[in-house]
Amino acid sequence: MNKLSLFGLLRLVISRDLMLAMRRRADVLTTLIFFVMVVSLFPLGVGPELGMLRKMAPGVVWVAALLASMLSLGRMFSADYLDGTLEQMLLAPQSLSVLVLGKILAHWMLSGLPLVLMAPVLGLQFDMSVQSLWVLIASLLLGTPVLSMIGAVGAALTLGLRGGGVLVSLLVLPLCIPVLIFGTGAVEAAASGMSVASHLSLLGALLVLALVFTPWVTAQALRISME
Amino acid sequence: MLEISNLACTRGDHQLFSGLSFSLSEGELLQVQGENGKGKTSLLRMLCGFLAPAAGEIRWRGQDIRDLDEEYYAEMVYLGHLNAIKDELNALENLRIGAGLAGCEVDDKEAIAALRHMGLRGRETLPVKVLSQGQRRRVALARLLVGNAPLWILDEPLTALDVGAVGLMQELIGTHLAKNGMVIFTTHQPLEVAGVETRRLTLA
Repeated sequence: MNKLSLFGLLRLVISRDLMLAMRRRADVLTTLIFFVMVVSLFPLGVGPELGMLRKMAPGVVWVAALLASMLSLGRMFSADYLDGTLEQMLLAPQSLSVLVLGKILAHWMLSGLPLVLMAPVLGLQFDMSVQSLWVLIASLLLGTPVLSMIGAVGAALTLGLRGGGVLVSLLVLPLCIPVLIFGTGAVEAAASGMSVASHLSLLGALLVLALVFTPWVTAQALRISME
Repeated sequence: MLEISNLACTRGDHQLFSGLSFSLSEGELLQVQGENGKGKTSLLRMLCGFLAPAAGEIRWRGQDIRDLDEEYYAEMVYLGHLNAIKDELNALENLRIGAGLAGCEVDDKEAIAALRHMGLRGRETLPVKVLSQGQRRRVALARLLVGNAPLWILDEPLTALDVGAVGLMQELIGTHLAKNGMVIFTTHQPLEVAGVETRRLTLA
C-alpha cells in the first residue's frame, strides 16, 4: 500500500469520472445532441440567406454552447452527494481543491470538449470561412473550461436544494457573460479581418483567473453544503 | 487520542446535546447510544468536521481538528449511513477508488484479498447494482481493511448485515483495537468484542 500523491489523486478523480460516464453514456450524449439541435435550428428558422447566417454564426454557436454546458452542471456533484461519495471526498487527506479541480477537468472533457470538436461541423452550416472556424475552435477551447469552472461553483452552492437545476443556471449564466462577449468577439474579429489576439488573450486571462480561484471557492461551497 | 470537551450541538432551533465531554485513547471501543433523533449521527458528523460544533472543541492528539484538517483526515476513516459506492462500478473498482480518496493506493491483489475477507468471493468484478444491500455494505466495510488509519468512526455499521457478517465485524474491530486502534460507533444491535470492554456514551 502506497500513499497517493497529489497528482495521483487528480488522475484518480479524472479517470473515475470518465469511467462512470462511459458506463452511463446517455448523459454525455444529451449535452452534445442538445448543442447540435439548437445550432441547427437557426438556419432552418431564419432562412438560408448566407450573409445573415455568417453574421450571426459566432453568437449562435457560443450561446448554444453556453446553454448546453448548463445542462450537465446539475449532475456535477449531485450523484456523489446522494450516494455519500462526496462525504468521503471531503475527508480525503489531500487538498480538496485539487480533488475538485479533477472533477472540473473531467466535467469539461465530457461536456466542453465534445462541443469544441463538434463546433466546426456546425459552423459549416453557417458558411463560416476556414479562418473563422479555427478562431471559433480556439475561443471555445479557451472559453468552455471557464464555463465548467464557474459552473462548478454554482453547482456546489445549490447542492441538495430543491429546484437546484434551474437555480444553478440563473446563478451561473450572468457570470458567463464576459466569456460569451470575448468568445464571439474573437470570431467576429476574424470574420472582418481584424486581429483576434486581444480577444483570445482576454479569454486566456479569464481561464487562468478561473483556474486559480474557482477550485478553492468550489471546495469551500461544498463544505458549506455538507452541513 | 481523541478528546471532546463541552461539546454542544444545535440543529435549527433545537438543541440536541450540550456539555458533552469524553475522551478516547488507544485500544478503546466507544458505543454512542440514544434514541432516534438524539444526535448520534450529528455527533459523529461533528467528529468528522462536517458540522461545526455550537460550542466546545474536539481535539486530536492535543490539537483542534479544524486546525489539523488534512493531517487529521489521514488518521481517520468514516463510514456513514451512505455506502459511498457507485452502482455502475464493480466491487473491486469501488474499493480501489474509495481507498484512493482516503489517500492510499491499493493494488488489485490487496483489494481482492480484502473483498474475499469480507465474504465477497466471486463477486469482485460484478457491477455493484446486482449485489444485495448486505453485500453492498460489505463492499463499503472492506475499506476498513485496506487503510491503516487508527481512528474508525462507524455510523450504524451493522445495517443490512447478516449474522455471519456481524461476527466478521466483531473480529475486525477486535484486531483493530489490538493494534492500538480506536473505534467509535453507533448501533441498535448488540455488538460485543471479545476481551475488550465496550464503553458506552448515552445521549439523552
